[in-house]
Amino acid sequence: MSTNGIQPLVEIKHVKKYFPIRKGVLQREVARVHAVDDVSFSVRAGETLGLVGESGCGKSTLGRTIVRLLEPTAGEISFEGQRIENFSSRQLRPLRRQMQMVFQDPYASLNPRKRVGTIIDDPMKIHGLGDKRQRKARVEELLETVGLSPEHYNRFPHEFSGGQRQRIGIARALALQPKLIVADEPVSALDVSIQSQMLNLLEDLQNEFNLTYIFIAHDLGVVRHVSDRIAVMYLGKLVELSPAEELYTRPIMPYTEALLSAVPIPDPDLAAARERIVLEGDVPSPINPPTGCRFHPRCRYATQVCAEVEPPLVEYGNGHLAACHHPLNVDAAALQQAHVASSTPLAAEENALPRGTSGASNPVSGEGGHPGGTPGPA
Amino acid sequence: MEPGGALMAERLLEVEDLSVHFATVDGTVKAVDGVSFELERGKVLGIVGESGSGKSVTAMTLMGLTRDVNAHFGGEVRYKGRNLLELSESEMQGYRGNEIGMIFQDPMTSLNPVYRIGEQIVEAVQAHDKVDKRVAKRRAVELLKQVGIPNPESRVDDFPHQFSGGMRQRAMIAMALSCNPDVLIADEPTTALDVTIQAQIIELIGRLKDDFNSAVIMITHDLGVVAEIADEIIVMYAGRVVEQAEKRDLFYDPQMPYTWGLLGSIPRLDRPKPERLHSIKGAPPSVINAPAGCKFRPRCPHAFEKCVDEPALENRVEKPGHLDRCWLDVEVKRALRDATISGDTQEAA
Repeated sequence: MSTNGIQPLVEIKHVKKYFPIRKGVLQREVARVHAVDDVSFSVRAGETLGLVGESGCGKSTLGRTIVRLLEPTAGEISFEGQRIENFSSRQLRPLRRQMQMVFQDPYASLNPRKRVGTIIDDPMKIHGLGDKRQRKARVEELLETVGLSPEHYNRFPHEFSGGQRQRIGIARALALQPKLIVADEPVSALDVSIQSQMLNLLEDLQNEFNLTYIFIAHDLGVVRHVSDRIAVMYLGKLVELSPAEELYTRPIMPYTEALLSAVPIPDPDLAAARERIVLEGDVPSPINPPTGCRFHPRCRYATQVCAEVEPPLVEYGNGHLAACHHPLNVDAAALQQAHVASSTPLAAEENALPRGTSGASNPVSGEGGHPGGTPGPA
Repeated sequence: MEPGGALMAERLLEVEDLSVHFATVDGTVKAVDGVSFELERGKVLGIVGESGSGKSVTAMTLMGLTRDVNAHFGGEVRYKGRNLLELSESEMQGYRGNEIGMIFQDPMTSLNPVYRIGEQIVEAVQAHDKVDKRVAKRRAVELLKQVGIPNPESRVDDFPHQFSGGMRQRAMIAMALSCNPDVLIADEPTTALDVTIQAQIIELIGRLKDDFNSAVIMITHDLGVVAEIADEIIVMYAGRVVEQAEKRDLFYDPQMPYTWGLLGSIPRLDRPKPERLHSIKGAPPSVINAPAGCKFRPRCPHAFEKCVDEPALENRVEKPGHLDRCWLDVEVKRALRDATISGDTQEAA
């Protein structure tokens, strides 16, 4: 899109976000919730990065930290090459125009006492864009852009259905002509038929305005449809990052395999034929996350090393990164080419490259990997 | 209660021409309008539809939870031959929970936060069985074990906030099963849960249905969920049944353009990614001023003159028992259908 093709729009390095748990009269910190724990990636301009994981994995916290709605505990956040993690709210203000959010709940994210026109107008007013007449014209134009009609200007949010409200939320985010939109579960509260309208709308807007999306969702079908690349998170860690299509045909991390396997497929014969990997139990507490690989207590390929050593993020080529001691879908040649990615977490053991693989797996069609694994090259 | 496994084809529930209308200041809401189905022991019936289609009102009416001065009922709900709509409130108490159990969507709000999980299950047990508290508690532990709660002996004394979302839904299921109901109604039981937990819960419901030898009504908006678990599926739209078929027929020979729309709207993992998703234009109609004729007509890309008269729910294909409400010729539909489902046809959103 814009002038610089090389520089990413957003780059985060070793970002951490811990929430303190305080107790007693003195409000002493007794523990910390490790919501986001050393995550690094970059997002190119015009691209959509999908961010997936179960609830509690830190995907929303990370999204909010990137747009600086939350203070990072540690790490670097760059926007258009500018380090913004220490910006004051005054310094951030001009940047707010560049990055906007679309929230999950179309009912809670619009002020019920304001008219739609005011809701969409307010960001422009705050940033001093245009006079009253210009702004009104712009609001009407935005309403049309998102598929509503200019006559809706004077209505209240309660007069709209869920899908229409989400369109209002999108119009508000577009009002300042941002470069980056962080969409936090924008379609999960909507009916399926409305959901597909919204996904198509987001796609159209991206093409029209050259938007960059960070698309946070738990629905792997939705994420596949919109994303260019997908980041999978588990308990605050980035466990796999891959070009979108490749994640579905060739997951490397067993957690991704299990997630894909759990997605119900609306085809009875295929659903009956495929072998489901049902993950036991729940996501452990992020207050005391498991040692080593955080997924090891629920992983069917886990061995001793998984409990002891945190695996580094390993690059397997084609921008496909994964953090696993027993990777799936990696042949001997790819294993030899593999090297530790520069974005690997600082706490991970850099020398702990995987030695063997756990075989091939296609969780969509139901072909599983082999617990126990195959011996790899020495 | 029947001894386990005695009659496999025993018809537990017959719903005939059920209508539920609510009088409101804005007019009559025809939430459910002429719905009929049957449920046999050991079967899973899936009811699929979007919000406002009447699927939850149907379920709540079976449980007698929609009774209100402003509610008007038509038709019959026969449970083992007895019309539940005619029962008094106190007679209904004997069926609710005891014969027909229900699992609600939101495990966060369906449990009382100030009572321990065990106390809430004990209360449900004692509401129908005259047993003392110790026996009821032992039963609660047993139930929690059956639904897969680890360490049920100690977890039975936990409060709901100490349970995760998936565990709360398991506790809800334990409570619904506490009186061994013959019919279990699950209203969007997995919507609030992560996919991994959803897979656990679906598997659990399927297993418990066999263990308890009951029948299940699974209400959902997710066709993927019913593809896993249902035997027969009903698709509802604006208070009406628009298509009804055995599972494989519904997925491989869908007759109603609305069903195609639903199938096409899902971003699917098992197919190549389409350029654009099929989307059904517009929004579901108001149930107060529903359009005349076919309710889906205003959103249907294939509507023609005949659609101003509403088609009856009839069998139009070779397979008996496969019913739909669409005037289009079956062969025309079969030719049009795949393009719609795969998203090749373009419609303005």
